Amino acid sequence: MWKFLASVKLAIFVFIALALSSIIGTIVEQQAEPAVNIALLAKFFGDSTAPAVYNIFAKLGFMDMYRSWWFIALLVLFGINLIVCSLDRFPKTWRLIKRPQKPLSDNAIRSLPVKKELTFKTGLNTAKDEFLNSLSASGYRVVEASGSDSVRLYTQKGKYARLAVYAVHLSIILIFIGAIIGARFGFSGYLNLLEGEASNAAYKSPGEPIPLGFTIKCNNYETLYYEGLDTPREFQSELVIIENGKEVLKKVIEVNDPLTYKGITFFQASYGMAPDAAGYFVMDIAPKGGPEKRLWLRSGDTFEIPGTGIKGTITDFSPALTRDKNTGALTAYSDNMVNPAVAVEFDGPGKEKYTGWILKRYPETGVLPGGHSVKFVDYWGVEYTALKVSKDPGVRFIYLASVIMSVGLYVCFFISHKKIWINIVKDKGSARISVGGYTNRNRLTLEKEIEKIVSHASEAIEGRRGK
Amino acid sequence: MSSFIFFDISAWAYIAAMVTYIAFLVVGNKTVGLIASTITIFGFICQSTAVIIRWISSYYFWTASNPASGFIESILRAAPLRNLYESLIFFVWSLILIHLLIEFKYKNRSLGAFVTPLAALALLFIDISGTSKEIQPLIPALQSNWLLFHVMLSFLGYAAFGVSFAAAAAYIVMVTVSRKEKTYIFWSITIGIFLIVLIGMGIDFLSLSAIERGELIQNHFLKTTLRSSSGGIAAVSWIVSIVFIFVIWQFGLRLKNILTGLNLTPAMLDEIVYKSIAAGFPLFTVGGLLMGAVWANSAWGTYWTWDPKETWSLITWFVYALYLHARLVRGWRGKRVAILAVIGFIAVIFTYIGVNLVLSGLHAYGSG
Ligand code: HEM
Repeated sequence: MWKFLASVKLAIFVFIALALSSIIGTIVEQQAEPAVNIALLAKFFGDSTAPAVYNIFAKLGFMDMYRSWWFIALLVLFGINLIVCSLDRFPKTWRLIKRPQKPLSDNAIRSLPVKKELTFKTGLNTAKDEFLNSLSASGYRVVEASGSDSVRLYTQKGKYARLAVYAVHLSIILIFIGAIIGARFGFSGYLNLLEGEASNAAYKSPGEPIPLGFTIKCNNYETLYYEGLDTPREFQSELVIIENGKEVLKKVIEVNDPLTYKGITFFQASYGMAPDAAGYFVMDIAPKGGPEKRLWLRSGDTFEIPGTGIKGTITDFSPALTRDKNTGALTAYSDNMVNPAVAVEFDGPGKEKYTGWILKRYPETGVLPGGHSVKFVDYWGVEYTALKVSKDPGVRFIYLASVIMSVGLYVCFFISHKKIWINIVKDKGSARISVGGYTNRNRLTLEKEIEKIVSHASEAIEGRRGK
Repeated sequence: MSSFIFFDISAWAYIAAMVTYIAFLVVGNKTVGLIASTITIFGFICQSTAVIIRWISSYYFWTASNPASGFIESILRAAPLRNLYESLIFFVWSLILIHLLIEFKYKNRSLGAFVTPLAALALLFIDISGTSKEIQPLIPALQSNWLLFHVMLSFLGYAAFGVSFAAAAAYIVMVTVSRKEKTYIFWSITIGIFLIVLIGMGIDFLSLSAIERGELIQNHFLKTTLRSSSGGIAAVSWIVSIVFIFVIWQFGLRLKNILTGLNLTPAMLDEIVYKSIAAGFPLFTVGGLLMGAVWANSAWGTYWTWDPKETWSLITWFVYALYLHARLVRGWRGKRVAILAVIGFIAVIFTYIGVNLVLSGLHAYGSG
């Protein structure tokens, strides 16, 4: 049983099974209304058989496949296989790492995958010194075994790189652990907050609240647009956390920049307009050259620009004002606040009454003929922010696993365990040298390295003779 | 200055390089090979120039509407990896870069005939899929460094997988000895269908107006030839296609001799397949899966949702993990692992393009 669970054959089977079954889940719409998938199946099996096929598929769990018992079982098998296989092999690898390297005979060196032989007209010690220099320049720490007329150098590098595979496998297990912790101790919900509204719970579904343990309030929601375009540049909510009646945290969140408090994270997911909310028109009013004054007005309210006698009354609002190309009439081209505009009826001393539209995104529309300004800042209290609320204590495992896996894969593929042996034998007036190398992967790299070590040493030896 | 002219020049250069590389395979003349490499390098320089110009224009585009954004942030937000068009361009650029590195390292030009068609196919796809080429404002969800690194590393990974696919295809061609072998029938027919679709789309493309071209895949796919409304044209097209496949089957075996004559060995190809997967696998794992998950978590609050695109990238990952374990641990060699490398890249293509094109087409609402 252990052998079976440790085998890579099983791993190959699991890889194929997971890949093939996952495909089903990408074709069949997951967790959808039955009608959706029956319509889909009708394209393959015809209208009359589709419902029957649907029932069979539904029994097999295809309609919520990634949560079906057999898919989970495959994942569990995958995890067990990985753990057992790694446990099975680890002691062997560990022994391989810890086993001291031994010197080799000339013959043994000749049978290594990378080898080289050369002779120099020089003494044993000179040759030895230069090869030692050259090896340590390449980062090898060398052991020597000397005989009467010969010396054997041997060294290795990167032996711990052999552990990287285990780090990669461990990180996959960590991802499983993170996912399980997330599913067990986390939650995922949503929360819609009107501007100015507060809540101490999020919702799994309508009527299924999840208490937060603190209060969250939305001060303001705002969509920013690219200048002159209706493409949104940013969705922002100003959120406040309130605990025991006190403000403890305030943050403007954006997509890609959420707010986290006590392990619960609030993401900007969407937004919308409450259909029958009546809010405040926030206006900045200033007489020519004078200071700005902020007013919060209801629809129908009248204000006065200080010191001018000009009065304004708010008469109308449009979330997305445009002029119809054909009729020339003003209309709204969206229900969302894409281009909010407020109509103000002005009445001043010695002037006719007139109505002007002031657009939030185009402040120049609020400059009156006399140089006074009436800026439309916001229609506050009518938009809501849609937040995704989630708590996932497993995420830290996923992040840890990501780091381990990244480093592990890098080491696994780009650092190898290399061993080099160099035997130097005194042969009359010369030194006969045999170099051999072994590596667990990437023989070419080792060949290049040995090439470099040898040429480096021989240059030095030639250099000494020249003196 | 517009980047499009340089993009156009590089696209034509790659197509010319493809033709020259194939001619090089057929005639085996050294000068032809040298010309093919020169054209490729020329195209690569043009494309790099185009990418830099586009990056600079995007930079000004971004800072114009985000004056508060810092220098580094603006450079990152302007990186030309923001939509389908730019990512495919980056894919082609990486593919050619890796190809040139291999050509330089192995001193062998024959692989070009297998890699450049992939580049040509990606470039053709840009034109027929009707994807927008304009610099667009960056919507909020895309304003993330994680996303940027995610896209960049995944596409480098895809390019490495692309090279492994080309080498694996060449490998399979080289190790088949008889026309009766299943793998021979498989690859000759596959190449035949591939070329017919390529040529058919080329004819569609030439017979359509610029506006219709944008919808080629959706509305006009092979409508001028195989799926023509005129029965005569359709019948002739089918006959020509079948004859074409037969010709390839009849003469395909020569390709093997040609490759052998060009000092290309199965062992060298096998090594290129392995090396490019060994480079692509970490890039794809870290960039594609891990950084994608981190980005999803920071933008949407869930790192994994089993949506079709995520699931297909996981399937791709399993295929390459299978390749590595089969080859390194189980000691599989030869055609079996080469076929895995081919399947892996088909999964890549499906992840990137098939999910949007095929799966969303199946679901009525998704095709929009
Ligand atoms: C998708 C999940 C997996 C990934 C990403 C993965 C990754 C890797 C990597 C990168 C290597 C090193 C390859 C090399 O030598 O270059 C490796 C080796 C290996 N893997 Fe996996 N692996 C996975 C699943 C499994 C499973 C389920 C098993 C279960 C049997 C397994 C068994 C092995 C073995 C036995 C080795 C060789 C270790 C050695 O050299 O001693 N792997 N794996």
